[in-house]
Amino acid sequence: MIEIDSIVKTYEGVPVVDAVSMTIQPHTICAVVGTSGSGKTTLLRMINRLVTPTSGTIRIDGEDIRGIRPYELRRRIGYAIQGHGLFPHWTVAQNIGAVPRLLKWSKADISARINELLELFQLDPSQYRDRFPSELSGGQQQRVGVARALAARPNILLMDEPFGALDPVIRAKAQEDLVAIQQRFGTTVVLVTHDMEEAIYLGHNIAVMDAGKLLQFAPPKQVIGRPATPFVQELIGTSERPFRLLSLSKIADHLEDGDADGDPLPATATLRDAYSELLWSGRSAAPVEKDGRLVGRVSLDALARLAARPQ
Amino acid sequence: MSVTSASPSHDRPHWLALDRLGVLITLILLSSFLLPFALFRANRILLGDGLPLLASMQPVAASVLLLALAFGVGAALLRLPALIKLAAGFGVLTILFIAMGLSAETLMPADNNYARVSPAAGFWVLVFGLALLVTDALTRLRLGPWTRIGILLGVCGAFWALLWSGLWNELSILKEYANRAPAFWNEARTHLLLAFGSVAIAAIVGIPLGILCYRVRPVRAALLNILNIVQTIPSIALFGLLIAPLAWVAANVPGAKASGISGIGVAPAVVALFAYSLLPIVSNTVVGLLGVSAPAVDAARGMGMTWLQRLVQVELPLAFPVILTGIRIVLVQNIGLTTIAALIGGGGFGVFVFQGIGQTAMDLVLLGAVPTVVLAFAAAVVLDAFVELTSRGGRRA
Ligand SMILES: Nc1ncnc2c1ncn2[C@@H]1O[C@H](COP(=O)(O)OP(=O)(O)OP(=O)(O)O)[C@@H](O)[C@H]1O
Ligand SMILES: [Mg+2]
Repeated sequence: MIEIDSIVKTYEGVPVVDAVSMTIQPHTICAVVGTSGSGKTTLLRMINRLVTPTSGTIRIDGEDIRGIRPYELRRRIGYAIQGHGLFPHWTVAQNIGAVPRLLKWSKADISARINELLELFQLDPSQYRDRFPSELSGGQQQRVGVARALAARPNILLMDEPFGALDPVIRAKAQEDLVAIQQRFGTTVVLVTHDMEEAIYLGHNIAVMDAGKLLQFAPPKQVIGRPATPFVQELIGTSERPFRLLSLSKIADHLEDGDADGDPLPATATLRDAYSELLWSGRSAAPVEKDGRLVGRVSLDALARLAARPQ
Repeated sequence: MSVTSASPSHDRPHWLALDRLGVLITLILLSSFLLPFALFRANRILLGDGLPLLASMQPVAASVLLLALAFGVGAALLRLPALIKLAAGFGVLTILFIAMGLSAETLMPADNNYARVSPAAGFWVLVFGLALLVTDALTRLRLGPWTRIGILLGVCGAFWALLWSGLWNELSILKEYANRAPAFWNEARTHLLLAFGSVAIAAIVGIPLGILCYRVRPVRAALLNILNIVQTIPSIALFGLLIAPLAWVAANVPGAKASGISGIGVAPAVVALFAYSLLPIVSNTVVGLLGVSAPAVDAARGMGMTWLQRLVQVELPLAFPVILTGIRIVLVQNIGLTTIAALIGGGGFGVFVFQGIGQTAMDLVLLGAVPTVVLAFAAAVVLDAFVELTSRGGRRA
């Protein structure tokens, strides 16, 4: 659990993070969104003491971080910085093994962990271990940066726009991977992004920041349905709201009984995908399959109800 | 090739076009014929007579040299591949050097150890023109660092073979050498010791000072300003200025005199050379460290490296090429400056230079100056290659 308690950071008297308070529950993903310069990075960097707050306190599992030596605190927290920040003079393997080395893991453990992570991110170890960062594509560099942050199996992971340089396909894959890793290891993730779509997909909670202030801190459904201020509403995009709402749930959670014509849709797809497919194929309903069996149907009528503003 | 020659605007082969630098080189080579090739003097301090190329050697040798030069002009003028130009340049230089030795053998009267034959202006102009051809070809070839070091070794080997063969023994500069071979090697050792030693001490002191300047901002401006002032003191003045304080130290600090410290000699020479070396090393260390990519430093902090781990594992390795560049500047500078140390009894090749000036014996001046230039040049080539090797983002060549 990360408790942020009326934290303030001023540079030359100008508040950059202004009295922000929020509690990030353990084993959840918190997505921090906001326009450029709104203080997202600064807020994130106060959690691992890279930035010293002007006032306020931050506690991790109840312990005030001011009581922990900065370098010890940071070794416990994974940090993927904005732009990968890989060491250009070290190979991919050396980069990923950096924190485990600081923690004095054995050579064999470090090596095994490097291979495990490279495989997780679909980079063939035999091919990529000994490459230098300059020999990787931008997207590969970013993935190695995230792998490095995960190397020592931290309980907390801070990520600053980790998927910015990825193309939509790889980005979607990386987001899925992050969700999988987060669920498997129960990591608490604080993720900065300025992509609302990403925040809605990944975040259990979304923190919306503007000019240093925390405007809203709530689950995606609530941020979409009940934006705290006009600014939050603008950030979500007024015309996008119903679709964003649909993208939050899977077909499986809203099955109707009955049958329909045409190709079936997978139960794991989001309602948004279903809506899009129905419109495109000109049907008013479609069958839904799960593990190769038809389990029910999804209809435009039902989707229209689910896309309406929550009451 | 076929593509170029097929284009309508070129009906001549590509290599037949004129090379602009080649025209300049040709003019330089041709102008050498207006100047004497060799200088003959009845003894080492008299003014001598300049002899044109044709009068300097046997007709056979002269015609071979002229033929080689004509070949060199051709290689320079035409747009030939750089490798051919390089081979031509080195080949013609070799023939020129051999011809100079033959010329000395021809011109020296038998049984006369007082007469002197030395290269004259025309020879030097030819060397300059051909060196231009070689360096231009080397630049165009963009050779890797190891190849460059290899070529340097090859050239050194060729020179050593030339000297060892005795072909140049009749030349004045080697006559001067023959008269003082033990002293030459003695001064060579002193010269190297002074130049390399002062740079080593400056690196040992300067790099930590640079790190201090990098980490403690207020120190930075103050220290760099002081070192800047030191750098502006003319070198002879600095050598002179140190005589009084060091003499005082020698006289008043117990044990100082016994350990070799005195107002003149090696001590003030080392101190002065050290003082000159400090600024480039300190400032390059600071610049190198400041230039380390900010995200890398940030990531190092963010993953929990202590400041020492960050310095040793990330900042210094990434700044190393720039620091090495500072050491290169200083080493080349000090190899030259050490010559002046002879003025205050520091020894080194400068001894011959100043003796030569005193005796108006130019050959003796050259005996000191030529090895200094060669050393400085070799140091520059080797260190440039190292800088390049270390600055490839840590990648091995
Ligand atoms: N060290 C600093 N000194 C002075 N001002 C700073 C410093 N670091 C950040 N700021 C200012 O604080 C504000 C917030 O910066 P921050 O990096 O937190 O923004 P951000 O929300 O991460 O923006 P982006 O999306 O562009 O990364 C900016 O106006 C920035 O100029
Ligand atoms: Mg930022």
